[in-house]
Amino acid sequence: MTAAPTSPGKDELLRVEGLKVHFPIKRGIFFDHTVGHVQAVDGVDLVVSRGATYGLVGESGCGKSTLGRAILRLVEPTAGRVLFDGTDVAALKGEPLRHMRQRMQMVFQDPLGSLDPRQNVESLLSEPLHAHGLGGGKAGIAEKIRTLLDAVGLPSAALRRYPHEFSGGQRQRIGIARAVALEPDLLIADEPVSALDVSVQAQVLNLLEELQERLGMTYLVIAHDLAVVRHISDVVGVMYLGSLVEQAPADDLYEQPLHPYTRSLMSAVPVPDPGVEERRERILLAGDLPSPADPPSGCRFHTRCPWRQKTRCDDEVPVLRELGPGRLVSCHWAEEIRDGVLHPRSPEEALHAGAAARPAPETQPGDDDPSPFLGRDQPLPRAEQG
Amino acid sequence: MVQTGSAAAGGLATPVLEVEDLAVTFARRGEQPTRAVDGVSFSVAPGETIGLVGESGCGKSVTSLAVMGLLPRRGVQVTGSVRLDGQELIGAPDRVLRSLRGADMGMVFQDPLSSLNPTVPIGTQVAEVLLEHREMTKAEARDEATRLLDRVGIPDPARRLKEYPHQLSGGMRQRALIAMSLACSPRLLIADEPTTALDVTIQAQILELLRELVVDSGTALVMITHDLGVVAGLCDRVHVMYAGKVIETADRHDLFARPRQPYTGGLLASVPRLDSGRGTPLTPIRGSAADAIPWAEGCAFAPRCDNAQDDCLTEVSGSTVPLEPDGPGRELRCRHPLEHPSAPAGASAFGTDAPGAAR
Ligand SMILES: Nc1ncnc2c1ncn2[C@@H]1O[C@H](COP(=O)(O)OP(=O)(O)O)[C@@H](O)[C@H]1O
Ligand SMILES: Nc1ncnc2c1ncn2[C@@H]1O[C@H](COP(=O)(O)OP(=O)(O)O)[C@@H](O)[C@H]1O
Ligand code: SF4
Ligand code: SF4
Ligand SMILES: [Mg+2]
Ligand SMILES: [Mg+2]
Repeated sequence: MTAAPTSPGKDELLRVEGLKVHFPIKRGIFFDHTVGHVQAVDGVDLVVSRGATYGLVGESGCGKSTLGRAILRLVEPTAGRVLFDGTDVAALKGEPLRHMRQRMQMVFQDPLGSLDPRQNVESLLSEPLHAHGLGGGKAGIAEKIRTLLDAVGLPSAALRRYPHEFSGGQRQRIGIARAVALEPDLLIADEPVSALDVSVQAQVLNLLEELQERLGMTYLVIAHDLAVVRHISDVVGVMYLGSLVEQAPADDLYEQPLHPYTRSLMSAVPVPDPGVEERRERILLAGDLPSPADPPSGCRFHTRCPWRQKTRCDDEVPVLRELGPGRLVSCHWAEEIRDGVLHPRSPEEALHAGAAARPAPETQPGDDDPSPFLGRDQPLPRAEQG
Repeated sequence: MVQTGSAAAGGLATPVLEVEDLAVTFARRGEQPTRAVDGVSFSVAPGETIGLVGESGCGKSVTSLAVMGLLPRRGVQVTGSVRLDGQELIGAPDRVLRSLRGADMGMVFQDPLSSLNPTVPIGTQVAEVLLEHREMTKAEARDEATRLLDRVGIPDPARRLKEYPHQLSGGMRQRALIAMSLACSPRLLIADEPTTALDVTIQAQILELLRELVVDSGTALVMITHDLGVVAGLCDRVHVMYAGKVIETADRHDLFARPRQPYTGGLLASVPRLDSGRGTPLTPIRGSAADAIPWAEGCAFAPRCDNAQDDCLTEVSGSTVPLEPDGPGRELRCRHPLEHPSAPAGASAFGTDAPGAAR
């Protein structure tokens, strides 16, 4: 359905092709009656280069975690392929699968939820080494664990303590130490800093960057915080309702977002600088994220898109296409929007256009009604609004 | 919609809320008492927005609960003064507080579900507030509830009135809660992390709504958040808290351009900004909030502070670090603050936002 990202080659570590994960929605007394599917991930293609950091952003529920889990086969994909270092992960069994698992590790948002509360740090860190027969005997493992603790900035006194005895930031360090214990090639970090206080967030971000440099790891960082993603990523993919809508080198994306969703999302992020806040372009999106069980037809963003056009948007699915070097975008009108030929509409206009185009208001799914109060969502510079 | 020009920034108007030397101590039997809020003072004028910022556990929520009179009576000691339009609330009878809440002061929490009744349709909940605090017939209250839901941007309000909280999305619930707070056009609204659980696009809608409320109704807004970006866009004055005390107070332009407290400076250097490029270095504060020492022993931030010297400890200086005036409109609790070049350095770095441009 979508064009595969270009330039396959030796320097690519991870390739995802047409990946779909649909969760059945079951009803009925014996839960055997499937009434529909949550299209959590619906046709994602992406490539992560060796040693690089790919950042995945999007609002909650857009499928970021499911995509990460499907790459690691923690959830079975409905369709599509995951190639890790050139090998189709689905084809692996037994020892090769185990080896592959060792090369891909995950760091989770909630370190407490992902660490066994009954194991102390020593046992948490030695377990993966034992399981994969690494570390070279008791003494070797002890030495390895000390190095690990040092690398993530924890004192060796931490070994005898249990996860609940640590602060959030320290627990995340333990989670990271556990993930890098096996010296993986790919680390998937799902919201690694979103549960942490800002001062501690920066420590963990710096640690991730330092470890990447030292161990030559490749990162897939999943986060809803756009500033965090910009800070850490080489390439950023923006997801909306299960699909990538835009992908670009980080700085390019932030300098000139091409997809209307990316633009809206970025305009919603407050910057800790009053001067910037007063000048910042603000595009307020109407309404909430539609349900992934019943995604809108055509362009999935059309129910909220301030640039939505009368033709194509409602009934034709846009493909992810290349608009410039390394710049992929799935919007029928990306060029016209970029060049300023098309202008965003106010939500009132969008609402009336919607009413005309749709058969009857009752048939709209409940959660995506564009809300009329956002009469001020033309991207006015804030200074002009007062 | 811009708040900087709004009437009250300089505290010219009579404050709606004056908090003076507020302290809250939790004492559980058999446990050391904890002083969660320790001598906090601030005031808010009509049409003004102040921010209380700081990391989790610094006492923001306890401050707001104390102001609203929502802390339990048992095991909690509240001292100091909280005056709403001159009326003292500390020690006021529950009956008085209850009638003030809803009518004169509203509160919006991070988790709207906890403040909405799950078994009652939202329209009925909004109408109940109206019936309790304003003289209205049931029919009038229903019409007014519809109007309020419409005002906060809930689409198709007549239908939504009949829905239960769990049928609404997080953003819709937060709006319903704001509608309830608006029902009596309160003089004061306290918003405790109202957007922390929401996605940024929904956060932008809610912040816009709050901004509009302050401008249109002259409501005094106390915005509690850990998000410095939200503060930068919304608050006229900012109070930074650490371990239960205010450690720095300033107009938002001054605060962001020239933070004086090393903790404030450290926070600003820690946050990645959307407008700075890939790999711009972050300078974290070392340690975590758990490393704080009791204020009686010295500056609570000392164990994490790069500027700390011996006299930051009470033992050496003989007194707790005081909160003192620090130039026009500023207050500071620090013995060795960050220095900024005296030339208006902010002018080049922050464009037109040179000091004073906002006033
Ligand atoms: N195990 C599951 N069963 C059913 N639905 C799921 C499951 N996991 C996730 N979902 C749904 O899939 C969608 C995407 O979820 P998720 O990948 O967690 O999004 P994100 O990480 O971007 O917030 C959501 O609508 C979520 O409710
Ligand atoms: N009911 C309570 N009993 C004892 N301590 C409490 C209680 N509520 C809050 N605290 C303590 O008070 C301090 C301040 O908490 P809070 O105001 O919730 O912080 P914030 O809102 O800034 O994150 C914390 O150290 C917390 O543990
Ligand atoms: S295809 Fe249409 S609806 Fe979709 S993002 Fe582009 S302009 Fe908006
Ligand atoms: S008083 Fe001392 S320890 Fe506290 S912030 Fe100032 S310099 Fe640092
Ligand atoms: Mg997730
Ligand atoms: Mg709180």
